[in-house]
Amino acid sequence: MRQLLSRTAGLSREDKGLLCGLPIFVLTVLAGWVVWRLTADLDSIEARLITAGNITQMTWDHVQIVVVSSVLVVGLAVPLGTLLTRPALRFFSPPVMAVANAGQAAPVIGVLVLLALIIGFGFGTAVLALSLYAFLPVLANTITGMRGVDQAVVEAARGMGMSSWQVLLRVELPMALPVIMTGVRTSLVLLVGAGAFATFIDAGGLGTLIQTGIIMFRYPILVSGAIFVALLALMVEWVGRILELFLKPKGLA
Amino acid sequence: MNQTTATAPDGSGAQLELVDVVKKYPGQSRPAVDGLSLTVPAGQTVMFVGPSGCGKTTSLKMINRLIEPTSGQILIDGEDITGQDATQLRRSIGYVIQGGGLLPHMSVAENIGLVPGLLGWDKARTKGRVEELLEMVGLDPAVYRDRFPRELSGGQQQRVGVARGLAADPPVILMDEPFGAVDPITRQRLQDELMSIQEELQKTIVCVTHDIDEAIKLGDQILILREGAEIAQYGAPEEILAAPADDFVADFIGSGSKLKQLSLLRVGDLPLSQPQTCRVGESVDEVVRRVEAAGERSVVILDAQNRPKEYLFLRSLKRHQTVPVFSHELQTVVDQRSTLSDALDAMLVSSHGGAMVTGGSRGDYLGVISYDTVTEHIRTLQTQTGQIRAVPSAGWEAS
Repeated sequence: MRQLLSRTAGLSREDKGLLCGLPIFVLTVLAGWVVWRLTADLDSIEARLITAGNITQMTWDHVQIVVVSSVLVVGLAVPLGTLLTRPALRFFSPPVMAVANAGQAAPVIGVLVLLALIIGFGFGTAVLALSLYAFLPVLANTITGMRGVDQAVVEAARGMGMSSWQVLLRVELPMALPVIMTGVRTSLVLLVGAGAFATFIDAGGLGTLIQTGIIMFRYPILVSGAIFVALLALMVEWVGRILELFLKPKGLA
Repeated sequence: MNQTTATAPDGSGAQLELVDVVKKYPGQSRPAVDGLSLTVPAGQTVMFVGPSGCGKTTSLKMINRLIEPTSGQILIDGEDITGQDATQLRRSIGYVIQGGGLLPHMSVAENIGLVPGLLGWDKARTKGRVEELLEMVGLDPAVYRDRFPRELSGGQQQRVGVARGLAADPPVILMDEPFGAVDPITRQRLQDELMSIQEELQKTIVCVTHDIDEAIKLGDQILILREGAEIAQYGAPEEILAAPADDFVADFIGSGSKLKQLSLLRVGDLPLSQPQTCRVGESVDEVVRRVEAAGERSVVILDAQNRPKEYLFLRSLKRHQTVPVFSHELQTVVDQRSTLSDALDAMLVSSHGGAMVTGGSRGDYLGVISYDTVTEHIRTLQTQTGQIRAVPSAGWEAS
């Protein structure tokens, strides 16, 4: 905790506010929803679907989809972005960026369903489709972050006798990390939102509540689903901010 | 600074030789460096100067192969380095750049310990070396070890940059405009410090600068280059100032070259006056009595380590009971190795017509150099020789 406090020292008031405010807001809304659930007059279908066990299960499915997709995205986009900033491969970056742009521009639901028709329904397909969708922010920020590293510092590091790998791992990546992490945070939030579509291809998640609510004209179910997706997105955003704080190299402003 | 290598300490400089070194960039008709040949004797400081675009930085960077030479040989201690592994080579050559070039996400200790770490030194040895170097460049290890570059002033960053260049005790050190990014007073002080470090270590230093005064002050040899890194003149500062090879060199060193010879004269060459001094913590009444008895109006204040802290008129001191501690940076202190032109700069900001002079690695107080002494000295030199003549630099070592 003390380390956390010392790390927040350089943050703007807005950032500090979000850091404390987000969990408080999420807990307040959650408490409000619990009170509503305990007091509301629900019919049997609603009562059967909106249970703590059900929602925990769906949230867990949702989180799994998001985590696996984001690991895939970070694991592929950061190395790819890094490669595209190497002098020998720089010329290759416009076409790759175009593909990544297309990936984000294509309607995620369309990609999801098409992929499901081609390679089958389920968790794996959902993760693949969502990864395509959330790839661009991490890739773009990796490229921007790496290009933003002061070349004088890189040359100094080479002049000290660091090998290319050492320069990359010990100088360029740490210095680009804050920009990369911002991209990761954006991707995480996109993934939580888009993860609601996973239910269409039988991959579970909180989208199930929303879809069921719509089909059965049960607004309490629909709204509960929407609330939980939103709360999850906020919590993921918060976790992203915490990660950013801890991963950012200390000496950077 | 040194004439012999026989007395050189361990880890001192190696001879550096460039043989017909060429750098040609594709798509350019003229080579950036067109057949540069040069020998730098071991333990000497050579300053590369010239107009921008003359190839001086390119030449420097070819020595540690940040830029690969197109052809030619570069020999360190007689060994051709153009075929060596570039990464390994760079670990054995010190590199100091403008602004320090510190890695912003690493602490001062990590920055200095970088090359020793790459060379696989154990932790304890690296730590000891870092402390030693911080002391050497005048930064208290306890205060600065764990700071990050952005928490340091420009001058402090540059000091750390110099310490990092020295870290693995390389025989050859390359400096690229090392003091170009700091203010004039800090620059002067850093130059003085570098000179005292170099006096002790006797490295082979190649330093690029655009500042001819810096070249005259720091260089044992000066290499003046014109476009294509063609040598316009290579020689000791005294020789170049006394006999510029051609109009290009004459224009480059400037019309004030007679005055520039002030950069060859060291403060330590001149007699110092010894005004009254007092220590921090002494009773002001006593100090005033003593100074007035000596018929003086101002007093030099020294701390317990015998370093000058302030040069005050008695009337300013009388406001205090005991002599207070002054912690601000003094601009009116020069090292005995400083040039007369630096000393004149310091005098301009002094209200006493004189600058305090320090010596040794800890900055011990030696006395005060006054404006009158300097002008008197210049006048005698002029009447003696008809122009200002350089005093051999060995003169101040003996004094």
